[in-house]
Amino acid sequence: MTRAVLRVTAAGPLCSVQDGGRAGFLRFGVPASGAMDRAALALANHGLGNPPGAAAVEVSLGGLTLEVEEGALSIAIAGGGFLLDRGSTRLGSWQVVTLREGDRLAVRRGPWGAWSVMAFAGRLIAPDWLGSRATHALSGLGGGAVTKGQRLVVEDSRLLPERPIACPVWARPRGEVAVVIGPQDRFFGSDRIDLLLGTTFHLTDAYDRMGVRLRGPSLAPQSALAIPSEPVLRGSIQVAGDGVPVVLLADHQTTGGYPKIATLVGSELDGFAQLRPHAAVAFRAVSPEQAVGMARLRAAALARLLER
Amino acid sequence: MTMPPRAVPVADRALLVELGDAVAPEVQAQVWALDRALRGDPVPGQVELVPAMVNLLVIFDPLVTDHAAVAAAVLARLASLPEVPQDATPREVLVCYDPPHAPDLAAVAAQTGLTEEAVIAAHLAGEFRVAMYGFAPGYAYLTGLPEPIRLPRKTAPLRAVPAGSVIIAGGQCLVTTLTMPTGWWIIGRSPTRILTGAEAHPFLFDVGDRVRFRRIPASELEQGA
Repeated sequence: MTRAVLRVTAAGPLCSVQDGGRAGFLRFGVPASGAMDRAALALANHGLGNPPGAAAVEVSLGGLTLEVEEGALSIAIAGGGFLLDRGSTRLGSWQVVTLREGDRLAVRRGPWGAWSVMAFAGRLIAPDWLGSRATHALSGLGGGAVTKGQRLVVEDSRLLPERPIACPVWARPRGEVAVVIGPQDRFFGSDRIDLLLGTTFHLTDAYDRMGVRLRGPSLAPQSALAIPSEPVLRGSIQVAGDGVPVVLLADHQTTGGYPKIATLVGSELDGFAQLRPHAAVAFRAVSPEQAVGMARLRAAALARLLER
Repeated sequence: MTMPPRAVPVADRALLVELGDAVAPEVQAQVWALDRALRGDPVPGQVELVPAMVNLLVIFDPLVTDHAAVAAAVLARLASLPEVPQDATPREVLVCYDPPHAPDLAAVAAQTGLTEEAVIAAHLAGEFRVAMYGFAPGYAYLTGLPEPIRLPRKTAPLRAVPAGSVIIAGGQCLVTTLTMPTGWWIIGRSPTRILTGAEAHPFLFDVGDRVRFRRIPASELEQGA
């Protein structure tokens, strides 16, 4: 049996172990978590012959630096236009890379994108919670945060030929995002819906794996109301009484008492997550039927890439 | 008041089935009954159900179905729900009200005009129902806090309140599972684990369960559940 041990020599905030997510526990207050860019996770894993949802390390804009203490293995990096240095060699992201004992690898922010995924040829050893290694930020349950000084152990490590991974055009950051209006649009006047759809908003630094606050005109609901707390989804645009919209992301709370003016179509979530703080974003309304069509097109496009 | 149900599309993958506008026992009973019916016999493409106070989110797989098909199936199911309320599973939660585990007990007594023992007696007399989970893993909102000990939230939240705290606000009670800030009143500590750690049944309650509290001395709390 082979294994590789990687020591984390530097890690930006919000680097964590993630996988395809922990579905099925929303009713118990547990969001799915999982990679912010799920297609990137699937493509990185596919590049190594892993199942698409296998556990990997998600790298934030703060970057990640590793040193191979023991063994050798291949890794794959996908998601965002990050930069990769192995020793003094500059490598692109979106590729399969070989690491040998003593190698030093730095993954850092590049020209575009906010999240990258580092998948491993082998099994990343990390704690499991409810059948998933995805880290839930608030509780720390699951695979856990990746921090400086930590050792990542990969069992059954393998070496594969270095090669690029195709980066689909839809993996780029998405400055115009399709939403379905609602489900609580009745609490907002039509002027607020027009503002949502007719204005450019900006992401703010109030951004983590739970959600991101937007900057733009106030979308305050018509009356200050206390609606009974109700379920929310990844991609819900929730508006508090102050009129500030917040887009809920992978580690979102499962219920909330603020009305949701609109919800991102699922196929837009990966591209939205690749927007950086201060990036501009506009919202475009589609019908529920169109949204279902988008989900099917995206699933087919990803399936074609995963068949290669 | 119940109202005609609405099935509102949410993005590409869910329907919010709204059964009322305000929290009421008959609305909750309908949410639980629909939840139970759909869990027992899922509609095609159903992925996940999230029951809440006045509505139920039905998440589906858009690759195999769509909003219209799910709405038709769910509304048909709603029309054929059993009239008779179904049995709820009873659960018992242990609670210690002794210092230092009940830092707000004296304040609750002062604000309600009761003695501390009367506050405890009222809490122990509560017949709670699990209304929904939310906020954080295992945070089960229990409705049915007796009227005499209902208070609005504190004006300022307290930081780093330990997991296992028994907290109350408005008509609700909750047993925390994480060390977190809270603006609710901390009236006791429980060794009962809501996150059970058991693979087959990782959460103690399901929505709709009946909950009673049973008092334990500090010595028993310190031994663990």
